[in-house]
Amino acid sequence: MSAPTPQTPDTSTHHDPVENVENAIELKEVEGLSQGRIVLRRFVRHRGAMVAAFALVSIVLLATTSIGWGPIPGWWKHSFTSLNPVVNPGGAPTISFEGGLSFGEHPFGQDNVGKDVFALVMRGTQQSLLVMFIIGLLASTIGIVMGSLAGYFRGRLDNLLMRFTDMVITIPIIMVGAILGAMVGGASPVGLAVALSFVTWTSMARLVRGEFLSLREREFVDAARVAGASHGRIMFKHMLPNAVGVIIVNATLLMASAILLETALSYLGFGINFPDVSLGNLINQYQTAFSTRPWLFWWPGLFIVAIALCVNFIGDGLRDAFDPRQRRIPSRRSMSKKG
Amino acid sequence: MLAFLGRRLLSSAVVLLGATFIVYMLLSIALDPLEELYASSAPNREQLIESRIDQLNLDTPAAIRYLMWLQGAAGCLIGQCDLGTSWVTGQSVTAMLGSAFPATATLVSVAIVVAIALGVTVGIASALRQYTGFDYGVTFMSFVLYSLPSFWVAVLLKLWGAIGFNDFLADPVISPQAVAGISLIGGLVWQAIVGGAARRRAVTFLVAAGATAAMLTFISATGWLLDPSLGPVAIGVVGVAIAFGVTALSAGLRNRRALHSALTVVALGLALYYPLQFAFQPAYASGLLMVGLAVVAAGSGLLVGWLFGGPDRGQSMRGAAITAVLVGALIAVDRLMQVWQLYSSSSRVGGRPIATIGSQTPGLSGDYWIETMDTFTHLVLPTIALILISFASYTRYSRASLLEVMNQDYIRTARAKGLPERVVTVRHAFRNALIPLATIVPLDIANLFGGAIITERIFAWSGMGTMFITGLDRDDANPIMGYFVVVGMMLVVANIIVDLVYAALDPRIRVNA
Repeated sequence: MSAPTPQTPDTSTHHDPVENVENAIELKEVEGLSQGRIVLRRFVRHRGAMVAAFALVSIVLLATTSIGWGPIPGWWKHSFTSLNPVVNPGGAPTISFEGGLSFGEHPFGQDNVGKDVFALVMRGTQQSLLVMFIIGLLASTIGIVMGSLAGYFRGRLDNLLMRFTDMVITIPIIMVGAILGAMVGGASPVGLAVALSFVTWTSMARLVRGEFLSLREREFVDAARVAGASHGRIMFKHMLPNAVGVIIVNATLLMASAILLETALSYLGFGINFPDVSLGNLINQYQTAFSTRPWLFWWPGLFIVAIALCVNFIGDGLRDAFDPRQRRIPSRRSMSKKG
Repeated sequence: MLAFLGRRLLSSAVVLLGATFIVYMLLSIALDPLEELYASSAPNREQLIESRIDQLNLDTPAAIRYLMWLQGAAGCLIGQCDLGTSWVTGQSVTAMLGSAFPATATLVSVAIVVAIALGVTVGIASALRQYTGFDYGVTFMSFVLYSLPSFWVAVLLKLWGAIGFNDFLADPVISPQAVAGISLIGGLVWQAIVGGAARRRAVTFLVAAGATAAMLTFISATGWLLDPSLGPVAIGVVGVAIAFGVTALSAGLRNRRALHSALTVVALGLALYYPLQFAFQPAYASGLLMVGLAVVAAGSGLLVGWLFGGPDRGQSMRGAAITAVLVGALIAVDRLMQVWQLYSSSSRVGGRPIATIGSQTPGLSGDYWIETMDTFTHLVLPTIALILISFASYTRYSRASLLEVMNQDYIRTARAKGLPERVVTVRHAFRNALIPLATIVPLDIANLFGGAIITERIFAWSGMGTMFITGLDRDDANPIMGYFVVVGMMLVVANIIVDLVYAALDPRIRVNA
């Protein structure tokens, strides 16, 4: 936090011969491509990240189209509030794999009063995804503003902003999250997300600050300053695009932790509350029914894990795409084959 | 150094002050102690509201109330703590903390030690086998662990780890299919860790799978789980394995003096097995005795290593001391296992030893060993639930950090001057890889205290997390502030310690700078 913590190493300064040779190979591969295209190409090549991206898009589509979004109706026949006659004994899932896949009336099962679990889980997924995206956007914005101001202007402002960041970090995130959750008290997922954004921005701020501290010493920033560019222009036009890799990667990781935070708070009862549905409060509501109706517990949990896992994998793929230092080194075996 | 400490303490104090102020103001907005009164239909409602406003000073502004609270809290510096009282129960917050803190502290400290030990080991192994099946497996596992909601895992653990395992204990027979499956997986994992050419992998696979199968069959056939014990034979075998392992890591097996001193220590431990049983009698046994014995073991290890002499005494001494402490721990674990049957069949436990509720069995009385066993059975599941995420992050960090170090020039130099790979890895790379890990420990402590809120709720521990949750539920601000003061202090202290450790480990960083 203060003096002895390590600074992010400035990658631009060391060029040993080996790296130059490796760079030459790398350069040949990306000749004539823009930065964006290079990153995209590397990302598309990352198999895990591509699978995760595909899965996440499917989940988003499934959740939004099935039960509809707001006033737009979906294609699924049950709503998450309607009570339906119980089909299978105990409301067991009607999905079956015998003789081809058949979904039946209630593929994910029903709860004790006959609510359709598929519709409930889809509604929960919608809410959790909404919270996740809002936190990802808003918390990143706050973090970027804080970090870039501190890193660009340094001195007193830096000191002030970073001490404030330290203060927020000192408070365990789930604790302040619970307090804020209790404050907005199940008002709406949007309110909860906005409140949580005000405590989750700290890691982004510190990263962006570090990045800006090193970027502002670079020649192109000097050039812009000599050319008479304003502070705002230097920060937005010249420095921010160069920090975009770190920002995007951190934003995805932030989203992954955001969904876990939201579900945990809803589980504790300080997030999204009863009349509305979230994946966390579904688990809280149904955990006692595990021995009799395990599907009530499994489906929401699996969706949380799936979403968080996808986001984490996408973040990993993005990191590899943006940071060529972590590129794949050929294994010893393939090296010796070449030689 | 002193100036640094002073400055660091001062800035931490300012940060902590600011943070308590933020939390206090948030609480004053979030909590409304009058809510239930407004809703009540009691005839003297107005009077009740008035008296509560009086009681809680609600008519003074929150900022002034904060100063009043701070005045009490500042008393802690001169030994007269007054963190206020809970207006619901009338109990003072310091008293509440006194009973809640030990439970949470045990949970968090055990979790952090286990997470660091396991996470770093797995991360290092995965870095040394970069881009192999094992590495990919570990990476994937850590992603899955990152993505698991801890409350979901905790509920699952409760169902399978406790209820399922206790049911299994009623008739602990492992089916042949399960034995085959587990040995197969064990063999696969081991061959992936050991690596090497196809032939070596095949041999490792067969040995590991065979050993696992034999052990599981033995456990199942003899009902070992009902009355587990190691006995001198098993301790001897494991002890020799420890001696070889520790020597291989710390001095290399070529160093015969180191190996012999480690083996001597194992022999000594075995010779002391029966005398130690006497020392372990309930009448004498206590935590203090255990610590004392561990110190004696380390001391005798050092002595044995010193007696073996040679040009590099230090290595033999260190290896022997580590071996001695580990063998001593084995003997103590063996003694602990001897009470397992007594413990699990006692009337309070009733044959269901793995607990799901609380931090100890109410009304259970017993000697030191029974109590230790009781603590253990209560700790095991919450700890697993708590460490999953930190375990994953330590794995990721130590892997990344070791890979970074392995690409440094001084590693190439070390290899070029002909040092064995073991020395390069253990002495040059591993130590330097540990340094950046030190920075994530304080953040992890904060995470664990936060995570403990959820874990304590699910496993019904009456620790600080519960104190926080009930405070929030009952609109009771003082216990929440008490909770936060303790957590914030721990964090600040951890941060300072880490800064000092960092400066001690890395000569490039000077604390005076």
